Amino acid sequence: MLDLRKPAGYFFGLLGLLIAGTGLLADFKAPMLEGNLNLCFGVFSIAFGGVFLWLSRRS
Amino acid sequence: MALHLIDYVVLALYFGFVLGIGWFLRKQVKSSADFLTSGHSLPLWITSLAFLAANMGALEMIGMCGSGAKYGMMTSHFYWVGAIPAMLFVGVFMMPFYFGSKARSVPEYLKLRFDEKTRGFNAITFAIMTIFSSGISMYALGILLQVIFGWSFTFSVLASAGIVLAYTYLGGLSSAIYNEVLQFFLIVVGFAPLAILSVYKAGGWDGITTRLSPVMTQSWQHMSKASDNPMGVEAFGLFMGLGFVLSFGYWCTNYLVVQRAMAARDMTDARNTPIVGAFPKMFVPFIVIVPGIAAAALATMGTGYAMPMKGGSPDYDKVLFSLMAQFYPSGMLGVGLTALVASFMSGMAGNVTAFNTVWTYDIYQAYIRKDAPDSHYLWMGRMATIFGVGLSIGAAYLAQSFNNMMDFLQLIFGFVNAPLFATFLLGMFWKRTTANGAFTGLVSGTGAAALTYGLTLAEGKGGFLGVQHTFPSSMAQNFWVAIMAWSVCMAVTIAVSMMGTARPESELVGLVYGCTPHQTEEAQWYRRPATLAILAGAVCIALNFVFF
Repeated sequence: MLDLRKPAGYFFGLLGLLIAGTGLLADFKAPMLEGNLNLCFGVFSIAFGGVFLWLSRRS
Repeated sequence: MALHLIDYVVLALYFGFVLGIGWFLRKQVKSSADFLTSGHSLPLWITSLAFLAANMGALEMIGMCGSGAKYGMMTSHFYWVGAIPAMLFVGVFMMPFYFGSKARSVPEYLKLRFDEKTRGFNAITFAIMTIFSSGISMYALGILLQVIFGWSFTFSVLASAGIVLAYTYLGGLSSAIYNEVLQFFLIVVGFAPLAILSVYKAGGWDGITTRLSPVMTQSWQHMSKASDNPMGVEAFGLFMGLGFVLSFGYWCTNYLVVQRAMAARDMTDARNTPIVGAFPKMFVPFIVIVPGIAAAALATMGTGYAMPMKGGSPDYDKVLFSLMAQFYPSGMLGVGLTALVASFMSGMAGNVTAFNTVWTYDIYQAYIRKDAPDSHYLWMGRMATIFGVGLSIGAAYLAQSFNNMMDFLQLIFGFVNAPLFATFLLGMFWKRTTANGAFTGLVSGTGAAALTYGLTLAEGKGGFLGVQHTFPSSMAQNFWVAIMAWSVCMAVTIAVSMMGTARPESELVGLVYGCTPHQTEEAQWYRRPATLAILAGAVCIALNFVFF
């Protein structure tokens, strides 16, 4: 049976790379937002994906 | 909302993974049981999150955020009163009979406990409900994609239906469940930043409580009279209607959610599935309701945020979108919108997989072709997936023609699930209940629901038999329709059962509480359903006190 932690880890890792890259390279704004949400979320998502991959390797 | 390439890339990435999971799992499907019931092979953390995610459709995400802005913290009753107690009850008391009876579906349990006609009645009404539910999800997703991406309604519906069909056709229930779990995580990480940012901008919870009236931030203190709160519901109606009949009717008898628990590996995991799912479920209000409350506070602060309006009054259904437009830049906007699309798709796939199982086992195998080889039922399960999606597309177009389709669906839930819960309660816990009693009770309860709706009026709905009573809100009307349906079903089932002859106790082993030997739980004390249920109940009670 598929270990969902692997695809979930790759998904959130890739998503994080995309969004963090956007945060670094593009200057997208939102009316009520202060700070670089894309970069913060991207880093979090990479770490989140990393936790999934670590858990799948551990088992 | 201005979208950029990155937003489309995020959506495409998600679609790619969803289809990839279905493609990977296709090799594991070798029998109808693998396709329709996952072959009892899934681990606890997967089944419990799927149990939760199958119910987290986008209509809930959008609706609960809007209700947060409209009714405030009282909306949390839909979780802390209207879900958690029932989830704990089904895990501790009912799952031993669903899982232990070896029934493949909820209607099949009814056949084992009562008879074929009771199963048939439930299978047919459930199949109709799932098609309507799936169609309404598809309709709402079609509208969302049309508005946000500018796609035509037809293309939007066909594209979303095509993706759901592809991964459920390939991997069956396992694929739907695995994707529901991925969707759950995406929904949480996609909406949590919105909750944090909107509350922070509104000055934290303290800032919100100083800007809004207490009725918006307290969940219980204005429930003594219906006229004291914006929901128009008093404590008794809330407890009996939402907290007992509707909630227990949905979580304990709806095969859509019970199917997830029945896919677990063993009895302990099946029982723990709804209980473990209750822990994240009780915190969902913080990512869906609290942003709505924060929006109401922000609208009073002169920060530039205004409540979306329609025809001069607030358009609460658009609160979530308006917050995303204010707080999410491109990139994060793609994540938020993809989370919304994911929640629509999990709702759709949940309905389609429940439909194909009930159709194949409880209608096709029971009434059309009884003794075919298993490969034939696997083929029929796949065909049911295709025509289930096809019928859902038809229901999506039907929903486009009726502006009160959602109200209609809510009403159908009250008509079907409320009496069904009385049937299950008596069937599982009173050995004297007879098949004729159960069937007559079900039909009478459904009739009582129609009668109550026909004799009462709320917000212009109902009253087609002459108005005898007017409710302050349609929510109160729905609660009382459910209470009447449940009460009549209960009374009629008991009365008819008392006049008939009950089945011998030897035939009810594994089906009825008093006739089934008590099994000693072998799991460690901290993994036992009772321990986890007590802990979950305590946390839920504490949350009610914090926001009392």
